[in-house]
Amino acid sequence: MTDMPDTTLTPDPSHVAEGHPLSDDAAGYYTPGSPLVDTKAPAGPIADRWQTRKFEARLVNPANRRKLDVIIVGTGLAGASAAATMGEAGYNVKSFCYQDSPRRAHSIAAQGGINAAKNYKEDGDSAHRLFYDTVKGGDYRSRESNVYRLAEVSVNIIDQCVAQGVPFAREYGGLLDNRSFGGVQVSRTFYARGQTGQQLLIGAYQALERQVAAGTVQTYTRHEMLELIVVDGTARGIIVRDMVTGEIQTHLADVVVLASGGYGNVFYLSTNAMGCNVTAAWRAHRKGAYMANPCYTQIHPTCIPVSGSHQSKLTLMSESLRNDGRIWVPKKKEDCAKDPRSIPEEDRDYFLERIYPSFGNLVPRDIASRAAKYMCDEGRGVGPEVDGVRRGVYLDFADAIQRLGKDAVEEKYDNLLDMYERITGENPYEVPMRIYPAVHYVMGGLWVDYDLQSTIPGLFVTGEANFSDHGANRLGASALMQGLADGYFVLPHTIRDYLADGPFEKIAEDHPAVLEARKAVEDRIEHFLTVNGTRSVDSYHRELGNIMWEYCGMERTEDGLKKAIDLIRSLKDDFYRNVKVLGTADSLNQSLERAGRVADFFELGELMCIDALNRRESCGGHFRAESQTEDGEALRHDDQFAYVAAWEYAGDKPILHKEDLVYTAIEMKQRSYK
Amino acid sequence: MAIQNTERTLVKGARATSTTVFLKILMAASGLVFIGFVLGHMYGNLKAFSGEEKFNEYAHHLRELGEPMLPYEGFLWIMRVGLILALVVHVACAASLWHRAKKARPIQYQVKKHTGAIFASRLMRWGGVTLLVFLVWHLLNFTIGKVNVNNPGENEQNPYLLLVDTFDVWWMTLIYLVAMAMLGAHLHHGFWSATQTLGLTGSVRTRVLAKRTAFTLAVVISGGFSLVPISVLLGIIEK
Amino acid sequence: MNLTLKIWRQPDAATPGSMHTYQVTDVSADMSFLEMLDVLNEQLNAQGEDPIAFDSDCREGICGMCGLMINGEAHGPVTTTTCQLHMRTFSDGETITIEPWRSEAFTVLKDLVVDRSAFDRIIQAGGYISVNTGSAPEAHSVPVPRDDAMRAFNVATCIGCGACVAACPNGSASLFMGAKITHLGELPQGQPERDSRVVGMVAQHDHEGFGGCTNIGECAAACPKEIPLDVISQLNKDLRTAMKHGH
Ligand SMILES: Cc1cc2nc3c(=O)[nH]c(=O)nc-3n(C[C@H](O)[C@H](O)[C@H](O)COP(=O)(O)OP(=O)(O)OC[C@H]3O[C@@H](n4cnc5c(N)ncnc54)[C@H](O)[C@@H]3O)c2cc1C
Ligand code: HEM
Ligand code: HEM
Ligand code: SF4
Ligand code: F3S
Ligand code: FES
Repeated sequence: MTDMPDTTLTPDPSHVAEGHPLSDDAAGYYTPGSPLVDTKAPAGPIADRWQTRKFEARLVNPANRRKLDVIIVGTGLAGASAAATMGEAGYNVKSFCYQDSPRRAHSIAAQGGINAAKNYKEDGDSAHRLFYDTVKGGDYRSRESNVYRLAEVSVNIIDQCVAQGVPFAREYGGLLDNRSFGGVQVSRTFYARGQTGQQLLIGAYQALERQVAAGTVQTYTRHEMLELIVVDGTARGIIVRDMVTGEIQTHLADVVVLASGGYGNVFYLSTNAMGCNVTAAWRAHRKGAYMANPCYTQIHPTCIPVSGSHQSKLTLMSESLRNDGRIWVPKKKEDCAKDPRSIPEEDRDYFLERIYPSFGNLVPRDIASRAAKYMCDEGRGVGPEVDGVRRGVYLDFADAIQRLGKDAVEEKYDNLLDMYERITGENPYEVPMRIYPAVHYVMGGLWVDYDLQSTIPGLFVTGEANFSDHGANRLGASALMQGLADGYFVLPHTIRDYLADGPFEKIAEDHPAVLEARKAVEDRIEHFLTVNGTRSVDSYHRELGNIMWEYCGMERTEDGLKKAIDLIRSLKDDFYRNVKVLGTADSLNQSLERAGRVADFFELGELMCIDALNRRESCGGHFRAESQTEDGEALRHDDQFAYVAAWEYAGDKPILHKEDLVYTAIEMKQRSYK
Repeated sequence: MAIQNTERTLVKGARATSTTVFLKILMAASGLVFIGFVLGHMYGNLKAFSGEEKFNEYAHHLRELGEPMLPYEGFLWIMRVGLILALVVHVACAASLWHRAKKARPIQYQVKKHTGAIFASRLMRWGGVTLLVFLVWHLLNFTIGKVNVNNPGENEQNPYLLLVDTFDVWWMTLIYLVAMAMLGAHLHHGFWSATQTLGLTGSVRTRVLAKRTAFTLAVVISGGFSLVPISVLLGIIEK
Repeated sequence: MNLTLKIWRQPDAATPGSMHTYQVTDVSADMSFLEMLDVLNEQLNAQGEDPIAFDSDCREGICGMCGLMINGEAHGPVTTTTCQLHMRTFSDGETITIEPWRSEAFTVLKDLVVDRSAFDRIIQAGGYISVNTGSAPEAHSVPVPRDDAMRAFNVATCIGCGACVAACPNGSASLFMGAKITHLGELPQGQPERDSRVVGMVAQHDHEGFGGCTNIGECAAACPKEIPLDVISQLNKDLRTAMKHGH
């Protein structure tokens, strides 16, 4: 990195891991670029910044709003809330999603709950504490102004949702109930049994449909965005494919918002929905939007393990299970195939309790996940052998049942244990459950400034699709909060300032930039349909997923990542030459849809590896084996890596722009769980 | 209530009275009128067990009911008009809903199980038609035509003897018993359905209660009616 | 296990379809029903035959995207969604008939994929509470009795899958409508628009071509979220009340 023009940091040797002078592992894989600064965040005391920005952002005359066209890609919490709010304000909104109804966006699957600094429990919570916990949870890799704003508006979200009729859990007095979530000391998580995301999304969806009826919003379901239209450097529309008729359509607008969700499916197996993809974001990236911290991935320890090569997705089970379940694997390899009940106590290795005596089974997500991986890599995993390896560890409720009684356990975890039984066919009250980590959330995403605007003017990004608020790791129940904060309360204010320059000159459908974007899409589709090779799209996706999981998953090493990049590159070439996509372009064609998504996952996967390679430190969800304390703890290098890595697209050699992270309202600390 | 087929438009100026639910409310109301009538009617029929003059007296009394405020047969005519109206409404709504249901599934399933439904619920329509046919015959038989299949032309002015003559014929009895079975089935679903349509079954408890009542009602009414024909055939009731 | 599948194939909405028979071999009991179809599709793809189109997204029983008529039962023999149905409920050598939801209002777009946008329009016709962003009062200003909140939640779990319509002999969407009307009707926030909501939604439902409910009850038996029949009673009651109020 020393060769880089933009290093403003003077390294403090005491913070550099032994034997590792200022490192540049990714040298040769990228080109250093100029530093990046967020020009929109106002200066001044952190608590006043949002008020200031809201005031400074120019207003749009109500009379002009109708004339301003807004495209919003995505109907999840971030997209639906934005579309509804912009519609209410009187803008002319077009809303897109690939599902058959806006209500099916993957936000629907969120279980645990949503955070808000309401301090209803009077347990000392406040916007400032939520801000503090979120920055700390993100391992000091998020932008403080954004996080503070998130904490600040969190309270309005709950008011809004309750008014919409979201049936949050309530106490006997009729007031809202809270629980404590993700290891924080205050109870600030609002929930609707295990279906919080569903209830919040239905609320936003209904608000959206209300605007459809009012004529301010038009919804385009089963329409997939395949390209971004950029005219004279500003985003002016999108190219979509009608997934039913196959028609390629041009939609022009004055501003484009991407709320297209996360890209966890680059790992093929994840807790994301089958259709979750990076295409919308990646197409924007190729057109000039920077991709920030792509390697930051959250891996969730308590998912139901893979049962065979047929596996299409993984199912999450609430972490609360770790409160009463004990995690173990057999001490002897030869016991792994045995019935767990026949393995005597002395032959069981309760590895978390052994390695982390003080926290035991309750260590943070990433530590628990990694430990489980090590056990399985050692060959002490349990459950069915998939590709020669058993990937699973026991989560045992036997003790809990003895201690609390079956009824108590049932009452606490019934729906979870039922779900487990439905999927695995095993009764967790008799046989210990099997769990294994799975990719769950990506903190990385398109780079945005304080206004949520990307590096392409006129392109805004909200929700999981942007990188803004969670740093290197996300606290439980904070993604729902961010999606709704962005869509209901942040974007509608910041986007004003951009739209105030309107009305903008109209773009013609046959503008060269439009035709070029259209052609790119048509050629790509044409290509997939004509290769007529031998391998199915899914088989490539599965293989890509294995590479990512193996080398860019829970633990990353220099050699592994370099190997992964080579593997991905050659697999990508093979894909373009040998993929087999049947059917036609002008009909409902699900393999064709997947082909486009997988193609983009290849390029994203490569960038994730390069980003992981560059970041020779361990922080939050990103663990570099080269950077750990002697007792296996993640070790950050704030002197070298206290920055956001924003990547500019440039083919094989992306350009790295660094946004330095400065903290004025909080000081950086290393965590410890021993 | 023609179906405006599935255009992707939103309805403007919706009225409660132009919905299918309103049709169902009318059916429920008319249906309940029928139930009231058959209960009373059954009570009348059972008088056959107390012999000829008691029964005829009752039939005669029906006609004098309400005098002098009402003319002779006045009450009867009010009742008849009410019943005819109810019937017209009931059948009209039934026909409309039936028509909609057919249109609502143009392509049938190759395989279809009927989990969660009692057979009676799917018998309502054809069962209703059977009841209609029965009713026509029944009126010819006892009221309008006074057709005596046993001794043609006799006992026309003596309901009791007409009744006995009628059910002395085994196949007449059979026709009636079949009709009563149909009625039972119709009420088994019908009564519960009416309570649901009127919105009286908003909880598990009330729902179970309504279903039980419906069953009892069905058994009592179809059973009660059937007693007379059977008894006649077995000679328990005779001239 | 080995299975014989009878599946509805239809190239697009305009072209009439028909049943086709396929064999799938060594199906594992741990597969979900949709993973079994994935396997079949891999086979078809390899043989150069167009894979079978069917909808699914979350594959964990919450988004409502999946939905197949399996041996004459919506979502199959178990009370759950098609994506959460597992092959261990079937036995070796069995023949399974798979059809799309059948309803005038749900056009078949291809094979087993149907258009359920009618549900969105029913919601547009009143399935919401009118509150603009930012205009909401403090959440604790309106307490909601716990039992009401409970009932509201229980019926708000409807995932809009359409199994109720598919199962109903009349092709009625009353359970879906009743669930929404009961959810919003149980809450104080839902009262102001209660009358117009039920009238608007039912009118739209009829307009879309769904059949009228005659209280048969197959919908509730098919519902993966166990929405109870009470919601239809509630719907009828609300409509009657709205009528009294002159709607
Ligand atoms: C199983 C699970 C449980 C979770 N639990 C919690 C929790 O308890 N608490 C919490 O805070 N967070 C939780 N999360 C995280 C949280 O749910 C998500 O991060 C958040 O909902 C993302 O919302 P979103 O609006 O950004 O994206 P999404 O809800 O994923 O919406 C993406 C939208 O974009 C559309 N789209 C995508 N690509 C295209 C394209 N190319 N063209 C057109 N449209 C497109 C999709 O149709 C969809 O409408 C969980 C996540 C998972 C997977
Ligand atoms: C075994 C069953 C039944 C018997 C023995 C029976 C017998 C009779 C008799 C004797 C009369 C003539 C009464 C009179 O003129 O004073 C009559 C009239 C009538 N019955 Fe029945 N009945 C039976 C079932 C039913 C049922 C199920 C219905 C309706 C669904 C019905 C509807 C009528 C009607 C509408 C009249 C005409 C009443 C009038 O307007 O005078 N009957 N029945
Ligand atoms: C005479 C011809 C008749 C026809 C064609 C007919 C047809 C029908 C049909 C199609 C239904 C609707 C199905 C349903 O709601 O489940 C129905 C409902 C009903 N019928 Fe009839 N029926 C007839 C006579 C009767 C009689 C004689 C009675 C009572 C003695 C009766 C009582 C009812 C009741 C109570 C209902 C329930 C109404 C509701 O569902 O809300 N019907 N009938
Ligand atoms: S009511 Fe049940 S069956 Fe009908 S759409 Fe909702 S969840 Fe599906
Ligand atoms: S099955 Fe159909 S008839 Fe009514 S009760 Fe359910 S909608
Ligand atoms: S795929 Fe989401 S419910 Fe089945």
